[in-house]
Amino acid sequence: MDLEYGPEYQDFTKEVQSFCKKYEGLSFTDRSNNPLGSSGGSGGPKMSRSEWQKILIKNGYFARSVPKEYGGYGGEADILKSRIVAAEFSKARTPMAMGGQGIDMLVPTLLEMGTEEQKQTYIKSTLHGEIIWCQGYSEPNAGSDLASLQTKGELVGDEWVINGQKIWTSTAQYSQMCFCLVRTEPDAPKHSGISYLLIPMDTPGIEIRPLVDMTLKAGFNEVFFTDVKIPASNIVGKRGEGWAVANATLGHERGSLAPPDATMNRVNMLMQLMKEETLDGMPLIEYPVYRDRLMKIQGKVLAQQSHALRLLSAKLNPMADVKLGKMIQKLTGTELRHELEGLAIDVLGEIGTLYEDSPHLKNDGTWQFIYMYFLGLIIGGGTSQIQKNIIAERGLGMPKEPKVEGA
Amino acid sequence: MYFGLSEEQSFFQDNVKKYLEEHATIDNIRHIANGDENNLSAEIHQGLLNLGINGLLIPEEFGGLGLDLLFAAVVSEALGSGVSPTPFIAPYVMAPTAFKHAGSITQQKNYLPKIAINEYRFAVGFSEFIGKRNDAGISFVDNALNGRAMFVLDANDATHLLLADERGRIFVVNASSSNIEIVKLTTVDKTRQYAEVICKNLEAELLENSSDSVEPINRTIDAGRIMLAADSLGASQIMIDRAVDYSKERKQFGRAIGSFQAVKHMCAEMAADLEPCYALIWHAAHCHDHSPDEARLMACHAKAHVSEMSKGIAKKATEVHGGMGFTDLLGLHYWFKRIGLNRQILGSPELVREEAYKTQI
Ligand SMILES: Cc1cc2nc3c(=O)[nH]c(=O)nc-3n(C[C@H](O)[C@H](O)[C@H](O)COP(=O)(O)OP(=O)(O)OC[C@H]3O[C@@H](n4cnc5c(N)ncnc54)[C@H](O)[C@@H]3O)c2cc1C
Repeated sequence: MDLEYGPEYQDFTKEVQSFCKKYEGLSFTDRSNNPLGSSGGSGGPKMSRSEWQKILIKNGYFARSVPKEYGGYGGEADILKSRIVAAEFSKARTPMAMGGQGIDMLVPTLLEMGTEEQKQTYIKSTLHGEIIWCQGYSEPNAGSDLASLQTKGELVGDEWVINGQKIWTSTAQYSQMCFCLVRTEPDAPKHSGISYLLIPMDTPGIEIRPLVDMTLKAGFNEVFFTDVKIPASNIVGKRGEGWAVANATLGHERGSLAPPDATMNRVNMLMQLMKEETLDGMPLIEYPVYRDRLMKIQGKVLAQQSHALRLLSAKLNPMADVKLGKMIQKLTGTELRHELEGLAIDVLGEIGTLYEDSPHLKNDGTWQFIYMYFLGLIIGGGTSQIQKNIIAERGLGMPKEPKVEGA
Repeated sequence: MYFGLSEEQSFFQDNVKKYLEEHATIDNIRHIANGDENNLSAEIHQGLLNLGINGLLIPEEFGGLGLDLLFAAVVSEALGSGVSPTPFIAPYVMAPTAFKHAGSITQQKNYLPKIAINEYRFAVGFSEFIGKRNDAGISFVDNALNGRAMFVLDANDATHLLLADERGRIFVVNASSSNIEIVKLTTVDKTRQYAEVICKNLEAELLENSSDSVEPINRTIDAGRIMLAADSLGASQIMIDRAVDYSKERKQFGRAIGSFQAVKHMCAEMAADLEPCYALIWHAAHCHDHSPDEARLMACHAKAHVSEMSKGIAKKATEVHGGMGFTDLLGLHYWFKRIGLNRQILGSPELVREEAYKTQI
């Protein structure tokens, strides 16, 4: 065990710290599409989110290993440096680079499986936040059983003609592009009939209908395709190989839904709040029942943070077997975050239920919002039950659920 | 021995449920929650008044039905099943209970008949007696109230309020006084109204029997807590029923999702958690009227235990619905949020369990 990163990283840490100092109080001139996105601070420089992305890339704090020609920094992948950036930014409350389905899921997929032309066309503008992507996977009858999706794509001349419906498409209303799973080989078995297509959202024949969700804020959509025509070249991987391409991106999503560092920030925020808020004249943190619940959760988050370090180290030391360790991340991360946000509501009592623009909101009402939002994330990206099936069957090698004939 | 509801209780409950099924449809609830149909909730409220919900606990001599708290509990359960967007707990349960235990005969005569004919409608603000948050609190000096009460229940359209100070003294104040400011609070549950009340030299009438005993306010809070538990019971049962129905219809992997053990077990756990809550609540309500020694302990545990069970049910039932449960399409979240509020109102579980313990020392 050696937790020191080495001397060159000490210099890097200092460099990042002075960068954070320079941009202290940075605020954005445009709003975030991500309901959990930072709105920045105050009293510092002002700029658009896209300008901030460019500055971060130029310094190698974001898109570090993405080649320069595609708009990245063009450096060696350095997981430790990425971690230092994350840690220092978090300490200094410097806004991180924006994420989202384009940056977190599509870019890695294109880097791995895209054509040269696709990389040139999409990666740079996606990293700069100029193209927002949405993920068109789920359909009304294809959620957990994603591979049964029915949206149809037919190659007519040199165009795909797409018909069908997607649902629960997050951010579709702001997106310029959609990476979409479409059935192009109707006669092939269900997993081998799917292709991964890149669809411009302004193509005629696309209709987006917003879907209100329980938070009344986050907002996802139904997307309808009627004779939508896109160039034949807008396909990633070969015809019928979309399932494999999609699974590569799902892996990226599951890792990023509930990072333990973000949960620990919330633990710290709650602890601060519990020192400030009083009940019958005594700070909430002095109530042993509440304090113990907080400490119990802090312990769980610490376990997840340590676990993340182990996974990080496994990337540097490829001999380590962390297959099972990765599989549990989505399940435990989203459940824990939901539990923590719920604790905050309990300690605040009635005040914890305040919402929207109510007087007396604490931390802008984020506790109640994220409590519900994370119930959404417990379901989205593969439900907790599906995660448990994966852990049991693929992680522990337990017998598979017998398949229904023809399904 | 007979442990269960009477025919009249079941009959009345069915009537309330039927009425709400017809009038408080999900579309109507959504309109009310979105704030674009203010008359609708008044209409639904009027329909419930026609059934007699305001007179349940008021003695016959004062024009009410003179029923017991168990009767009110089964009504509260029905209101929870229908996520009824109407006042109930404060004006028709807590206020009559407060007058019964804290009011002098004259005070009872002055107010109870007016509640029974729906001329007076009371809001109740006892939060600061249960647990005072930050700088909230009411003080009573020279016959006037000063200070701030948080989370006053059913403040909308109230003609009067019952407020309490830290000592548990209960005061009647007039909602139309110019020395009172009622600030609407927005919570995640849009089916009920909560407010902050600010008093400046507000003229107040002390309910006489609360002047040197906390017994009356405790009795009133007990009654309110049993109602909240019953409301969550009704809401939870609907969430379970919906989840079970959905699991039979929804197909994935070529089969009904209810055929997966993961889904079956979620539903079975919900049922096993909720089933004993019926008896706990009925028993607590019964003790409230007939077994004063156990009443407070029962009321505290009914509130805290049902809150815990309901929280888990609200989560699991949503999960069974997958992404659909997270959307507004089925309206499932109205029950989820109602359960969330019931959990915190009149004391969150930890605080209430602490009180439960204190009844035993
Ligand atoms: C907040 C949020 C954001 C989302 N964003 C997107 C997006 O951007 N793009 C996109 O394409 N999709 C998105 N989704 C959709 C999401 O991927 C699906 O909701 C999810 O995969 C579950 O599918 P379903 O909703 O059809 O539920 P169902 O599959 O119908 O599941 C219903 C219930 O059955 C259970 N179940 C199903 N199959 C099994 C099984 N084999 N074993 C045990 N239990 C089972 C589930 O666990 C669940 O409890 C989002 C969803 C949410 C909630």
